[in-house]
Amino acid sequence: MNHWSSKGEDPVAFDHDCREGICGACSMYINGHPHGPDKAVTTCQLHMRKFKDGETIVIEPWRARPFPVLKDLIVDRTAFDKIIQAGGYISVNTGGIPDANAIPVPKVNADLSMDAAACIGCGACVAACKNASAMLFVSAKVSQFALLPQGRAEAAERVQAMVAEMDKQGFGNCTNTGACEAECPKEISISNIARMNREFLSARVCAPKIKEQTGGGI
Amino acid sequence: MAFKYSSVTKKIIMALAGLFLISFLIVHLSINLLLLFDGSGDSFNIAAHFMATNPVIQVMQLVLFGGFILHILVGIILQTQNWLARPTRYKVEGFSHTSFFSKFMIHTGAVILAFLVIHLFDFFFKAKFGELHEVMIDDTLMEDMGVLVIEKFKDFPYVLMYVVWLLFLGFHLDHAFHSALQSLGLNHSKYTPLAFGLSRALAILIAGGFILIPVVIYITQ
Ligand code: HEM
Ligand code: SF4
Ligand code: FES
Repeated sequence: MNHWSSKGEDPVAFDHDCREGICGACSMYINGHPHGPDKAVTTCQLHMRKFKDGETIVIEPWRARPFPVLKDLIVDRTAFDKIIQAGGYISVNTGGIPDANAIPVPKVNADLSMDAAACIGCGACVAACKNASAMLFVSAKVSQFALLPQGRAEAAERVQAMVAEMDKQGFGNCTNTGACEAECPKEISISNIARMNREFLSARVCAPKIKEQTGGGI
Repeated sequence: MAFKYSSVTKKIIMALAGLFLISFLIVHLSINLLLLFDGSGDSFNIAAHFMATNPVIQVMQLVLFGGFILHILVGIILQTQNWLARPTRYKVEGFSHTSFFSKFMIHTGAVILAFLVIHLFDFFFKAKFGELHEVMIDDTLMEDMGVLVIEKFKDFPYVLMYVVWLLFLGFHLDHAFHSALQSLGLNHSKYTPLAFGLSRALAILIAGGFILIPVVIYITQ
């Protein structure tokens, strides 16, 4: 890198932000692995001691049609933001401060939801997948809400909207290969993908059909 | 047309069609194994005659063709979309820990399909439209499918071709059953490890069972 700068050329561009493994910006495909050879870490948390002395290190950007390369190693992950905008939230009316713990949540569900919410939206799952599928990411986002009472209200519409947006962005389809789970820095489980499929199926088969949109309010 | 269905819907169709095809393979294998247990070929001929004449089975045959066509068409659509989703490949391809044969479903599927066409010409169309030697079993005149099969498998290249084909079927099946459950949303610490084992067991038993037939016929004839 210094070599390029000293010649007056641009250094290799790469993305980073938090440098503590929580923002998901440092997307780099290193020696055939998203975020390099170490398990369950992002690139910023990867130590050089994981490589042999004098080893050749090949660094590539994420390769997926919905993640166009902006420059060198930087890709545009707007496609993920679009998916979140399609339903990765809950609608809450403003008002008084609600009591904490007013709504009982089973401990297992709280834990599973927290595990899913650990997803940092880095895109390593897409990068690792032979199909460039975003199902691990989307299923984590669907699951973190679907498991909690506050998220149930919009669960049926959410899963359909997010899957539709994921398809529209041009991500591939899951073949249940499991590369995403193996490479995810937050060790998100593919059981979330099964939950998303379940949610999707039940939304299509059992959820009441919304006949007309009521304006405003709830 | 199928493009308008969502990715998850297509996966569910794929899984249901695949599971149906597995159930067909089990029925098909059970009948074929009759050839090994009854050397005269009579039980096999009776079963084959029943399958060819029973009206319910005739309807199921159409459903089966539909199942195959659906599985193949949706499979090709899914795979094409998957290829399109990664226009630039990596210089260093990933070698993440994965379900190995899941990476080659389209390839093993294509091999299955190619041989399936040959297989249909070998047996199915011959039985349906060809002039087959007939036998009288229990006062009923029926096609002698048993002899047709045994004659075919006296030929070594034929036996080899079938063994290779069936190995590919086994590879496909190794990532079939558990994957279908996952697609249908069935994943649970209670049974998912079992589903992986069952998937491999089905692959070995189904492919192995089918392979046994040409091999045993070749050796004993
Ligand atoms: C008797 C024969 C067959 C059986 C029992 C079978 C069964 C299955 C099953 C159970 C799956 C898993 C579905 C899932 O992941 O949800 C699958 C996947 C697949 N099959 Fe087959 N199959 C057969 C023949 C074929 C043929 C002829 C093709 C030809 C193209 C094919 C192509 C595929 C593909 C591409 C996949 C992966 C689809 C994906 O990405 O999800 N299969 N098969
Ligand atoms: S599921 Fe894992 S790999 Fe995929 S975006 Fe979230 S944190 Fe990154
Ligand atoms: S820079 Fe934020 S996760 Fe690496």
